[in-house]
Amino acid sequence: MKNRSLVAIEEYSKEKILYMLEMAKEFEKRPNRKLLDSKIVATLFFEPSTRTRLSFETAANRLGAKVIGFTDPKVTSSSKGETLKDTILMVSNYADVIVMRHYLEGAARYASEIAPVPIVNAGDGANQHPSQTMLDLYSIYKTQGTLENLNIYMVGDLKYGRTVHSLLMAMRHFNPTFHFIAPDELKMPDEYKLFCQKHNIKYFEHREFNENVIADADILYMTRVQRERFTDLMEYERVKNVYILHNDMLCKTKDNLRILHPLPRVNEISYDVDDNPKAYFIQQAQNGLYAREAIICDVLGITLDDVRNDK
Amino acid sequence: MTENKTELQVAAIENGTVIDHIPSDKLFKVVSLLGIEKMDNNVTIGFNLESKKLGKKGIIKIAGKFFEEEEINRISLVAPNAHINVIRNYEIVEKKTISIPDKMVGIVKCNNPKCITNNEPMTTIFTLTDREKGILKCHYCEKEQNKNNIEVL
Repeated sequence: MKNRSLVAIEEYSKEKILYMLEMAKEFEKRPNRKLLDSKIVATLFFEPSTRTRLSFETAANRLGAKVIGFTDPKVTSSSKGETLKDTILMVSNYADVIVMRHYLEGAARYASEIAPVPIVNAGDGANQHPSQTMLDLYSIYKTQGTLENLNIYMVGDLKYGRTVHSLLMAMRHFNPTFHFIAPDELKMPDEYKLFCQKHNIKYFEHREFNENVIADADILYMTRVQRERFTDLMEYERVKNVYILHNDMLCKTKDNLRILHPLPRVNEISYDVDDNPKAYFIQQAQNGLYAREAIICDVLGITLDDVRNDK
Repeated sequence: MTENKTELQVAAIENGTVIDHIPSDKLFKVVSLLGIEKMDNNVTIGFNLESKKLGKKGIIKIAGKFFEEEEINRISLVAPNAHINVIRNYEIVEKKTISIPDKMVGIVKCNNPKCITNNEPMTTIFTLTDREKGILKCHYCEKEQNKNNIEVL
């Protein structure tokens, strides 16, 4: 049987992305199902990530599966020096699918090559986090009605931000125009700009972040500018308040604009934005539930038709 | 004997493969990458021989062994300029060049300390993503590195 694991978002074709979004839509209509009634989902979190874990475990529970796993590697044998391989093979004896988060890059790829059950990558170090990308895509699709021809503005830490890189690569199928708004130290890396050039994706870079720069945006994707990312702390002090979104900056924006953020938010979106109907980051997290229900079903071989025919 | 060429530094072989112009400091790496220590063939290894090009060079002569391209390309990262001569009846019948293979299994160490391959007993896999620039990509952590900065396992 073909390995159905989901390790990296690049494995999804355009058709597959749209198919998965349709499946997520079905789960949004009715999140509670019995599709995984006799299944066991393992959530192995080799590093803590509360939001991602709660989202996956809720998805599994709403599908009727039982959940086993650990939330902190300190309580497991990996702290005694057990290899990842042994842990994965051991858990494969019990579970039908493994959702794993690991601090090492490539851990999920390796697990998917050795495990007899499908692996869902819930983040491997700074490398991949495909379910986050799927929920971002679903949030864009849902709020804009399409993924095609959108103006997507990415703000903040574009250098280390894994979510913006994955989103950029997944959007390549849909003719986007990107605007990268970041301080010099946290600019979008060249490899992603080359990626855009290679795929004929238009992009613009900005250092300023104000109401005029973002006036034409369909999606404003905010990320956090973290102090520890800076080699030059003077530079951090100069820019730390520049990349904060305030409600009055939204005065010139389009009606269909929605503000996304991978969460947790600290201060990069000021609280006066929360009541603006364009703020979407809390619903965005909820969309993660539907996107993850779809992912868990897909790796277990449950099709869109199965979901549609499930009464 | 003055009309003859100068004495060979290592004896000739009748049939087999000669790998010449190996940088001396890479000689034993080449031996191990090709699995020569596990061979039953008659092997002559010359170490720190004089070379006009390299100063010091290594040479390996393996009697009765003809390498597949795939096998010989394993040494492309440590001895890219080595000469491969196929010998039959004491004559060079073919000169082969080495090229970096598209996929390298168990040869290159990933230079990302947070890569799973540096933390788990497992085999590394690299793919060549840009032949001209010599860019290799780790199959696991997806980080790229230049062939000039690599560490061979």
